[in-house]
Amino acid sequence: MSALGALIRRDVHIAVRVGGGALIGVLFFLTVVVLMPFALGPDLALLARLGPAILWLGALLASLLTLDRLFTADHDDGSLDLILMSRMPLELACAAKALAHWLAAGVPLIVATPVLGLLLNLDGRATLAVALTLLAGTPALTFTGMIGAALAVTLQRGGLLLAVLVLPLSIPVLIFGVAASNAAILEQGTLTFSTPFSILCALSLASLVIGPFAAAASLRHGLD
Amino acid sequence: MTLTELANPTRFLSLATRILPWLAILTGVLLAIGLYQSAVAPDDYQQGATVKIMFIHVPNAWLSMFVWGVMSVASLGTLVWRHPLADVAAKAAAPIGAAFTFLALVTGSLWGRPMWGTYWEWDARLTSVLILFLMYLGLIALWRAVEDPSRAARAAAVLTLVGAINIPIIKFSVDWWNTLHQPASVMKMSGSSLDKSFLIPLLVMAVAFSLLFITLHLAAMRNEILRRRLRALQMLQASKPVALP
Repeated sequence: MSALGALIRRDVHIAVRVGGGALIGVLFFLTVVVLMPFALGPDLALLARLGPAILWLGALLASLLTLDRLFTADHDDGSLDLILMSRMPLELACAAKALAHWLAAGVPLIVATPVLGLLLNLDGRATLAVALTLLAGTPALTFTGMIGAALAVTLQRGGLLLAVLVLPLSIPVLIFGVAASNAAILEQGTLTFSTPFSILCALSLASLVIGPFAAAASLRHGLD
Repeated sequence: MTLTELANPTRFLSLATRILPWLAILTGVLLAIGLYQSAVAPDDYQQGATVKIMFIHVPNAWLSMFVWGVMSVASLGTLVWRHPLADVAAKAAAPIGAAFTFLALVTGSLWGRPMWGTYWEWDARLTSVLILFLMYLGLIALWRAVEDPSRAARAAAVLTLVGAINIPIIKFSVDWWNTLHQPASVMKMSGSSLDKSFLIPLLVMAVAFSLLFITLHLAAMRNEILRRRLRALQMLQASKPVALP
């Protein structure tokens, strides 16, 4: 257990230090969201209507951008081999790395959401809904994305391939995340917040189980 | 002939060469019968002649999911049993499955235009099949990104098994979400809701398309084995020391 804690602490430290990628993700998130009004025009009503979708798309792309770093840096300096050879189950180690990655790269996105919500003319309720769905949904993005990151590091071809592999897997998360946010904003009788939100939580929990196993299998079979 | 005996590529090649012509003939005959039956099938009282798109669309859609199932079994073969032909089977199936999925999307879109008034609708089943198509393309991209076939095979196997989660979502999407695409009508617990004059041609076409897949898959597997042998020979040739003058 202490080894897991040490691994999480180490990964978070590396991510927030100079050369770590954690804050790049937030910066990218900010840039994507700021780009949208230029493309759509500064129509505040339209921006408020599209706000949740823009924030979710931005968060999805930002989390994709930093995924590449999940295994490559450790693979380059050889510490991934040490993790592979240690007594700790590889599945747990993968889960710990993903958790650390989510803490360093996912949580800042959620923290930045209220500020970006202001730029998109979202009211407090809508911003809260988006932040809540992001809190429930970004673990799913990280843990499914980890599968792609593990595949990419074994193939030594990261980058574009990672995006192509991971994006289709993250479509359900996007669908239910935006559906839950919109349901909270529109407050229609037929469309409730809790249904898509529960599915979103279920997706996160399922990816919490599947992600580490698939990533560990891919690392174990791929790096020999 | 067990699965272990087929692990020898040479034995598999000789078997494939022997049965491929017969399979091709059988496929052609069944396709001809199925197409004829679909052509003479009566028009639907609501949909008119456009109902005939069903005889192409439904088998394609079934196969698009079935091929991913075949690839999932083959991926288990790669990861669990290290069967030498399993990754050949998985690799050969991917482009065929992508083609079936594409045809299902295109025929469905052509059928949707007169029936629903739109080529495309973002409903649950259409979207999930589109995701399946994207995953096929991603898988093909993964196969093509890596030169070493066995390394690519293990990565592709993991991705295939993860992607297999999408298959039940596609199958049950029409039951879970009440959307534009009609719910299951052929395979139901309470028996088919399709009339016999439509059901029989549809089943013949489904069998014919399955045979078409098996024929294409066997041929593609044979080509893949030959391609790998060629690659091995070329590597051997390249690694030979050149006699300096």
